[in-house]
Amino acid sequence: MSDIATRPAPSLLASPLVKFGLIVAAIVVALAIGVRLDTSNTLYAIFVDPFQQMVQAPDLLVQTVWEGLVSGVLYALIALGFVLIFKASGVFNFAQGIMVVFAALTLVGLYEKGVPAFLAVIITLGVMFALAVTIERVVLRPLVNQPDIILFMATFGITYFLIGFGEALFGGNPKQMIAEQLYLPKGAVDLQILGGLVSLQKIDIAAALIASLMIAALAAFFQYTRIGRALRAVADSHKAALSVGISLNQIWVIVWFTAGIVALITGIMWGARSDVSFALEIVALKALPVLILGGFTSIPGAIVGGLIIGIGEKLGEFYWGPLVGGGIESWLAYFIALGFLLFRPQGLFGDKIIERI
Amino acid sequence: MSTATLEKPTATTASDTILSLNNIEVIYDHVVLVLKGVSLTVPRAGIVAILGANGAGKTTTLKAISNLLKAERGEVTKGSIVFDGERVDKMSPNELVRRGCIQVMEGRHCFGHLSIEENLLTGAFTRRDGNAAIKRDLEKIYTLFPRLKQRRSSQAGYTSGGEQQMCAIGRAMMSNPKMILLDEPSMGLAPQIVEEIFEIVRQLNADEGVSFLVAEQNTNMALRYATYGYIMETGRVVMDGEAKMLRENEDVKEFYLGVAEGNKKSFREVKSYKRRKRWLS
Repeated sequence: MSDIATRPAPSLLASPLVKFGLIVAAIVVALAIGVRLDTSNTLYAIFVDPFQQMVQAPDLLVQTVWEGLVSGVLYALIALGFVLIFKASGVFNFAQGIMVVFAALTLVGLYEKGVPAFLAVIITLGVMFALAVTIERVVLRPLVNQPDIILFMATFGITYFLIGFGEALFGGNPKQMIAEQLYLPKGAVDLQILGGLVSLQKIDIAAALIASLMIAALAAFFQYTRIGRALRAVADSHKAALSVGISLNQIWVIVWFTAGIVALITGIMWGARSDVSFALEIVALKALPVLILGGFTSIPGAIVGGLIIGIGEKLGEFYWGPLVGGGIESWLAYFIALGFLLFRPQGLFGDKIIERI
Repeated sequence: MSTATLEKPTATTASDTILSLNNIEVIYDHVVLVLKGVSLTVPRAGIVAILGANGAGKTTTLKAISNLLKAERGEVTKGSIVFDGERVDKMSPNELVRRGCIQVMEGRHCFGHLSIEENLLTGAFTRRDGNAAIKRDLEKIYTLFPRLKQRRSSQAGYTSGGEQQMCAIGRAMMSNPKMILLDEPSMGLAPQIVEEIFEIVRQLNADEGVSFLVAEQNTNMALRYATYGYIMETGRVVMDGEAKMLRENEDVKEFYLGVAEGNKKSFREVKSYKRRKRWLS
């Protein structure tokens, strides 16, 4: 394609690392000068003071980062559900958030009706499987080969159906997650570190552990099993997958069921921290910036993106929030995502686009 | 399936025939008539070529057999397809692959983000005969295509066109097929690689007894390796015969092999044969 002679001489700026380093250096220099000239102290309050606070009270910093980490893990779980379905069927599943609520509601609702806790978990898994089969039969199969936007709209339909169905069955009131009955730990661990007290909720530790385990299990499933390989093949090319005899219908059921399992675990964890209500669905929207950050097609991306958004949000709220009167937690994630859309639209770990014919 | 019993006589009488198409008609999107009554047969362990220009219906014919048509909103509306003594025109690609009929699509369609080896293994998706057998077949593919072995762990998307074509054929072989529908294997490849690929087709045919139905624009190459050929034009088979006969036919020479003598304009003007009205048979 390119003739050596016509190629520009390699420039130092061509390396992204060098470029990034230069930009950072320039910002630091500009800030150093700016802070000296600054009379109203705004620059000082934005760029210097928060970092001074972080250094002066490291225990607070650790506490904030930990809290960010935990909500990040939960964002990552929701995003994971999106990524699974998006990869395998090319559908952006708007209903993932409500699936989380629905799974948690089913679990709690069954328990309230007198089903033992662990049996309730198993039945809920059965319900999620039935849901996956139904969605494949009723929604995906008739709409196969339709434009993506139609499938996307169909997931709106699933969302509203699940809201109505869930409310009809279990009522609209917030419910208590049955954390104790599932042997999830309660209380907190207090750590005496860095000259202060850092308090870690045990349920948060459990959430982080379970989420990591599940992600590892999913990764192994995708990498090493026959079905996992088929799932990746379908993600790559539907047509080619069809031609080698992979049954798309079967794969879709598996994927939606996997997303259902992820939803149930997310629902249990999130429900244990607050309570189980339809308000959870709003939280699921946070998965969108997470996906933009991590890339729609990458499982590691969903995880790292979730952590970045979770931690970034908490740090922003705690250290910079007071400058604008607080409450930036609700929009900071979208703000970060916007930055990513400008400079790296495929996300941190999005599929490298292979272009060769 | 009540029609299956009707077709039985033709299917059983021709046990040396692995595939037969009888008057099939294909409509896309419920309106566009693409195949207007195509009939052809492939003998067991034979290599048959479908030749013709762009848009003649070669690919559609292959897709009608493998039933990948449905994914493109196409539909077989008339006629019957019998594979290995069984009506298959209502079967899903998955069921067909299980029965031993697999298509290698035009343009290869390897899974770009999977490694070559993973690509080959996806071909074994429908198999139920255990990992040992699959492993043995994988080694067999590697001896057939030493180049794939060298590149087994590279992402298929970054391999060359020839390697991708080999990967696609190897992947199809991994399903342990009786018959491979090969669509335009020469597309975008250097003549040397095309020859290499056809040699492998011949070898698979001779050693493993796999039947091939090859759609090709490279008439010259296809007729050297096939035993029988069908020439298609605008959704119909306009001519068929032994490969040797077709190679020597004046019209074929002129229009597909490019050895013209006069300055005739259209295929229609020179056709020394009659369109066979197979759809009335």
